[in-house]
Amino acid sequence: MKPPAFDYLRAESVGDVLDGLAQQGGDARVLAGGQSLMAMLNMRLAKPKLLIDIMRINELRRIEREGETVVIGAGVRQADLLAWPKLSEALPLVALALPWVGHMQTRSRGTICGSLAHADPSAEMPLALVALGGEVLLRSARRRRRVAAKDFFAGMMLTARADDELIEGISLPIVKGARVAFREVARRHGDFAIVACAAMRTQSGVRLAVGGVADVPTARDWPKLEGSALDDALNAFAYELGARDDVHATARYRRDLVRMIGRDLIGEVLQ
Amino acid sequence: MLQAVKSANPERGDEPWVGRSIERVEDAALLSGRGRFIDDLGVAPGTLHATILRSPHAHADILSIDAEAARRLPGVAAVLTGSDVKAVTTSLVVGVKAPVECWPIALDRVRYVGEPVAVVVATDRARAEDAAELINVEYRPRNAVVDPLGAITPGAPVLHDGFPGNLASDRAFRYGDPEKAFADSPHRFSIDIRYPRNSCTPIETYGVVASHDAGEDAYEVLANFQGPFSIHTVIARALKVPGNRLRLRTPPDSGGSFGVKQGVFPYIVLIAAAARVTGKPVKWIEDRLEHLTASVSATNRATTLSAAVAADGKILALDWDQVEDCGAHLRAPEPATLYRMHGNLTGAYDIGHVKVRNRVVVTNKTPTGLNRGFGGPQVYFALERLVQRIAIGLGLDPLDVIKRNLIDAGAFPYRTATGALLDSGNYQEAVARAVEQGRLAELKAKRDAARAQGRLYGIGFTAVVEPSVSNMGYITTVLTAAERRRAGPKNGAQATATVGLDPVGSVTVHVASVPQGQGHRTVLSQVVADVFGLQPRDIRVNTEIDTAKDAWSIASGNYASRFAAAVAGTAKLAAERVAGRLARIAASQLNVEAGDIVFAKGFVTSKHNPENRIAFSRVAALSHWSPGSLPDDAGQTIRETVFWTPPELTPPDDEDRINSSLCHGFIFDFCGVEIDPVTLETRIDRYVTMHDCGTILHPGMVNGQIRGGFTQALGAALFEEYAYAEDGSFLTGTLADYLLPTTTEVPEPEIFHMETPSPFTPLGAKGVGEGNCMSTPVCLANAVADALGVADITLPLVPARLAEIVRGAEPPPPAGGTTAAPVRKGDRRLSGEGQATVKGAPEQVWAMLLDPATLQSVIPGCQSVDKITDTHFRADVTLGIGPVTGRYRADVELFDLDPPRAVTLRGGATGALGFGSAEGRITLAPDGNGGTKLSYSYDAAIGGKVASIGGRLLDGATRVIIGQFFTALARKAGGGGAAGGGFSLFALLAKLAGLFGGRR
Amino acid sequence: MTRLKADSRHAVRFSLNGKPVEGEAEPRMLLSDFLRHQLGATGTHVGCEHGVCGACTVIVDGMLTRSCLTLAAQVDGCELRTVEGLAPSADRLGVLQQAFRRNHALQCGFCTAGILMSLDHYLAKNPAPTEAEIRDLLSGHICRCTGYTPIIKAALEAAAELTSAKKETSDA
Ligand SMILES: Cc1cc2nc3c(=O)[nH]c(=O)nc-3n(C[C@@H](O)[C@H](O)[C@H](O)COP(=O)(O)OP(=O)(O)OC[C@H]3O[C@@H](n4cnc5c(N)ncnc54)[C@H](O)[C@@H]3O)c2cc1C
Ligand code: FES
Ligand code: FES
Repeated sequence: MKPPAFDYLRAESVGDVLDGLAQQGGDARVLAGGQSLMAMLNMRLAKPKLLIDIMRINELRRIEREGETVVIGAGVRQADLLAWPKLSEALPLVALALPWVGHMQTRSRGTICGSLAHADPSAEMPLALVALGGEVLLRSARRRRRVAAKDFFAGMMLTARADDELIEGISLPIVKGARVAFREVARRHGDFAIVACAAMRTQSGVRLAVGGVADVPTARDWPKLEGSALDDALNAFAYELGARDDVHATARYRRDLVRMIGRDLIGEVLQ
Repeated sequence: MLQAVKSANPERGDEPWVGRSIERVEDAALLSGRGRFIDDLGVAPGTLHATILRSPHAHADILSIDAEAARRLPGVAAVLTGSDVKAVTTSLVVGVKAPVECWPIALDRVRYVGEPVAVVVATDRARAEDAAELINVEYRPRNAVVDPLGAITPGAPVLHDGFPGNLASDRAFRYGDPEKAFADSPHRFSIDIRYPRNSCTPIETYGVVASHDAGEDAYEVLANFQGPFSIHTVIARALKVPGNRLRLRTPPDSGGSFGVKQGVFPYIVLIAAAARVTGKPVKWIEDRLEHLTASVSATNRATTLSAAVAADGKILALDWDQVEDCGAHLRAPEPATLYRMHGNLTGAYDIGHVKVRNRVVVTNKTPTGLNRGFGGPQVYFALERLVQRIAIGLGLDPLDVIKRNLIDAGAFPYRTATGALLDSGNYQEAVARAVEQGRLAELKAKRDAARAQGRLYGIGFTAVVEPSVSNMGYITTVLTAAERRRAGPKNGAQATATVGLDPVGSVTVHVASVPQGQGHRTVLSQVVADVFGLQPRDIRVNTEIDTAKDAWSIASGNYASRFAAAVAGTAKLAAERVAGRLARIAASQLNVEAGDIVFAKGFVTSKHNPENRIAFSRVAALSHWSPGSLPDDAGQTIRETVFWTPPELTPPDDEDRINSSLCHGFIFDFCGVEIDPVTLETRIDRYVTMHDCGTILHPGMVNGQIRGGFTQALGAALFEEYAYAEDGSFLTGTLADYLLPTTTEVPEPEIFHMETPSPFTPLGAKGVGEGNCMSTPVCLANAVADALGVADITLPLVPARLAEIVRGAEPPPPAGGTTAAPVRKGDRRLSGEGQATVKGAPEQVWAMLLDPATLQSVIPGCQSVDKITDTHFRADVTLGIGPVTGRYRADVELFDLDPPRAVTLRGGATGALGFGSAEGRITLAPDGNGGTKLSYSYDAAIGGKVASIGGRLLDGATRVIIGQFFTALARKAGGGGAAGGGFSLFALLAKLAGLFGGRR
Repeated sequence: MTRLKADSRHAVRFSLNGKPVEGEAEPRMLLSDFLRHQLGATGTHVGCEHGVCGACTVIVDGMLTRSCLTLAAQVDGCELRTVEGLAPSADRLGVLQQAFRRNHALQCGFCTAGILMSLDHYLAKNPAPTEAEIRDLLSGHICRCTGYTPIIKAALEAAAELTSAKKETSDA
């Protein structure tokens, strides 16, 4: 289990990264925290010709409030964001979900943006991005663009990012006084979610976002629902997500969790 | 809650060292990074490194192996295939008499996923892996069978011609008069069990360094092998050398084994063969993916167990029908897992009549071997689940049924119906103490209270006899008495120990015990220090083995919990023998009788006159400095080796009664569990485990063994399974899929002890390391059954499986709602269907489907499409989903063409990451607006590496890719170009095979 | 910007337990292999090479790091700490190591180095952890021998001892 051969580029500026990506395109990979990419390389599931290490670029390390949003750069590790003093106040949902990402030893290296780029359907950060309706900031030598969360995830481990684009950062809206709730079921502590749910009270009602079930984290908005109307809505949502069986859980079990946890969380945020 | 470990280095009193939790001598080095595990030791300059190319198929013929490109790669010294290995070795011996061969590498057929197909030897591991990827193996898949009962149904694919119907052995046994007992008893209870596959998976993987001296035709091997050293003969035979030309050594430290490292031996043969072929030392360190896929596993077993029961719950007879699944090859010492418990099929109970049918079958899974508990978990799961069922059936308390059947305290040594001689015990007392000290009443009150609130709370019980120190002859019970007579007797459990004194009188002990973390060196220093009146730190212990220099026997090694009972006792005997001579020497020097001599506090002293003494080291050194001044009858005291075997371990008798083990500890466990009503996760509220393992030599280590076993058992009960799809694909190939318990899942068990010494061992000790692997899985299952009120419980207790059992019908989908998701059948086949609307008339779309140029343009990464015939294409594609990329050779054929209405595509793709095959039917119909309505249905299957490491995400990917294809096709038809995703069946397959699950 | 070519070896220099070290590595060489086989620092073990078991955990620039998921080239110029640097001297164990020995918190010792590094790193920042916090921290490690509780007990004992030692020195 040793990685295939590749060139290694230690980028010192965003320009270095964009040049590398422009030259090598699909044969280049950004190396961020390495917590997903390196395991894939060790297993020889990926064969890039070039790895571009972005972790020495200072300008990507920012966590900043910009108006009603928080911008998180590609160099921000999960542990850095957890340690950001304003996290619970500005991004309470992220504060709840982030400790569920892997373990202390992987959060210390893994980045927020790496998790989004990797787009595992069970990952917590993509779920948070979708639940909050954030944006992904993409940049290539050609252009800069912002992609809304719901348009960013294209499928299992597939995103709207083009081969020559760097995820420079993300922008998450600060929802004032938002009531949020998060719950996750995994086989063991620190595993990828079988089902993860995030709920948020919205102006018109409530939003429930679910990870681990469909190919991409999926959010749904409802007016304030109660009783059997809520049950029906949750049931329909659970089926729409198209759950599947795998070694760790059945489709039915996943739907059960969406129905039950969804109901609990909605109750919590609407209280 | 944490329980205090009684740990102390108490004042030097006269109390013995044995029985105290002294700090371990092993620890200082291990805690500061100075351990000496196999991969920590340097190798000779020029040593080459091996990697193994393994089968992605569960069952297939090897049509050809093209390794030319691999051999040409710079740094590659050799590529060995089956025929190269066969040229320098012979088949490994098979555990039953049958015309069957067992090679460490596939010859012309693979029989399990992960079976070695080629060994690549290069200057370093990375290069060897580069080369392995260049090897092109052509397979012709066969049907596979993974279920043991499925394997013996008529028509099942046969693995070995020498095992007709996949049956390697079928033996029936009868003890007492079971038929009469069943006929006479008022009740009969029966249970069907499927015990899953799992493994104790040590954190250090296998390692082998081998070299060959062509001049002497002799092999030297360093491997983290654990014994039994009976395997040394198996290896030597396979390498075609006499035993004295196979020098097998073990490294000083080993990173856990739990039986598993016995399974390294086929790789010893393989790597030794590579050393011989290359003429250079070759090193191989197994990686984790290899380990999970193809090292070794415990057996899975299908058991039907019936009991004849009296109205009061007394069990009068048992009827066992066991079908043991040993995987694809019957490797030595299998079918030992099945026979290890043969003397103990009545557990802790006094049951006079037993009927047994034992079948051993082969299936397309990794071959099995030693694993902690070795046969115990499988037996006790059936027996103790049945006891609970009997209690429920008769309306009795499960604990009362256990108590009613326990062997009487006055009955020891007790001969079980099937032949075991249970050495000692007081089971009733142990149960009573556990109930009292473990506060069962409190637990029951808790259950009542929880249930009153509607919570799912249950209590489980188990009583278990833990055998230790295996009789080397138990395995011959698989033979008939006549076959045994022909083969000659096999029995005993030879242990060896050497005590040596050097010229300054310091003491060295050597045993052939090969510890893997059990602190043998510490315990032996205690045992020997007591004999010589020294301190443990005065004794230096070596537990490595070198078959060229050390005293060893076929029974040497670290298995069957034999250390405390047999090995430590033998060390005591060796020390005593030396001490006896030293006493004679000292007696002559001190002018007293030898009987007046005691060893204490570093001196050899007269009991009567403690002033009259001489330093131990002086007496001890005398043999070196002045052998002539020793008393005539004393003999030398430089080195003494003792061989010890217990007389109780006789071969099976003509009625097939076998005393399969020397010692028998007793365990009584109970626990309370609560099931979460939403997630159906099992939470262990309290776990009580009472052990009687005879004399305790080191309480801290005994508790360490219990906790470690408990944790592995908890894993087996709740998380761990080597899962296979019906087609033989292996599904749990990473530590993110084969789930080991971590700190957040493991509670502290409450451990209690009682000590009933064994009369059969020198120190009175019995084994203790395996018991919880036998008792805990079923104890937890019983508790969960109690909590949920269900009869059938299958391990592991995956919450989603419980949902199927305890939850009623699921709310239906809303009417007219969603399209159903693709359904995966029992194997890895995935079916689905869908529709798309495409611009352009059906004729246009049809032409595109059949046009290689179109295909090439819409398949991402397509290097070339070769049109073999009008309806047969071959393509070379490099494909990726997200970050996962791989290169594949794809082959697609079109059938049932009905232009321009319908076509069937069938094809397959293979690459380093795995293989896929699929069939799809596409129908085209005008949509009434000048376009085409395209409907499709498909059935796809994937296997190989990607199935075992990416299972979680595979199914979803299919939909994504198929969706993408039609989007691309629609775009192309509409003239919109084919940017973005692409398609063809091979793109689908390749992409499928290119997925990787995110649970790392 | 530095670009290292796939097929050649490049110098890698960093500080290991306070001492400068240097070796050569191809870009693809893992830090775990570099430590073990280039530098001979074999105390860091490898159990899975996919980030799950934790045996290979070391500290890079103050961050807990799986050395199997890190390239040697990535740590050029960094400060690394491994199990070899834990003891105050070759013949003495540190407080945490002693607590492990006292509590029989290791059996085979294969997982131990990684666990010690996680604890050493954590206790320095969180001198008074709860049992739950230690369990959460160590959920990123697998030990197949001990059943974990002795490890947790050792960690809590070491934390208490370190705190009281610190108090004594500051009182003095
Ligand atoms: C034991 C273990 C448990 C884990 N458990 C979880 C879990 O429960 N939940 C969870 O969500 N994750 C989990 N992870 C994965 C998580 O730790 C990773 O951090 C995350 O998936 C990837 O982030 P990274 O910074 O490490 O990215 P890398 O591994 O460096 O990169 C991942 C992918 O994203 C690309 N990439 C990274 N950054 C960028 C960028 N800025 N622009 C463009 N492309 C980029 C890379 O090229 C690569 O393809 C676990 C990992 C481990 C080892
Ligand atoms: S070897 Fe790095 S985490 Fe297992
Ligand atoms: S002590 Fe052996 S794995 Fe932890």
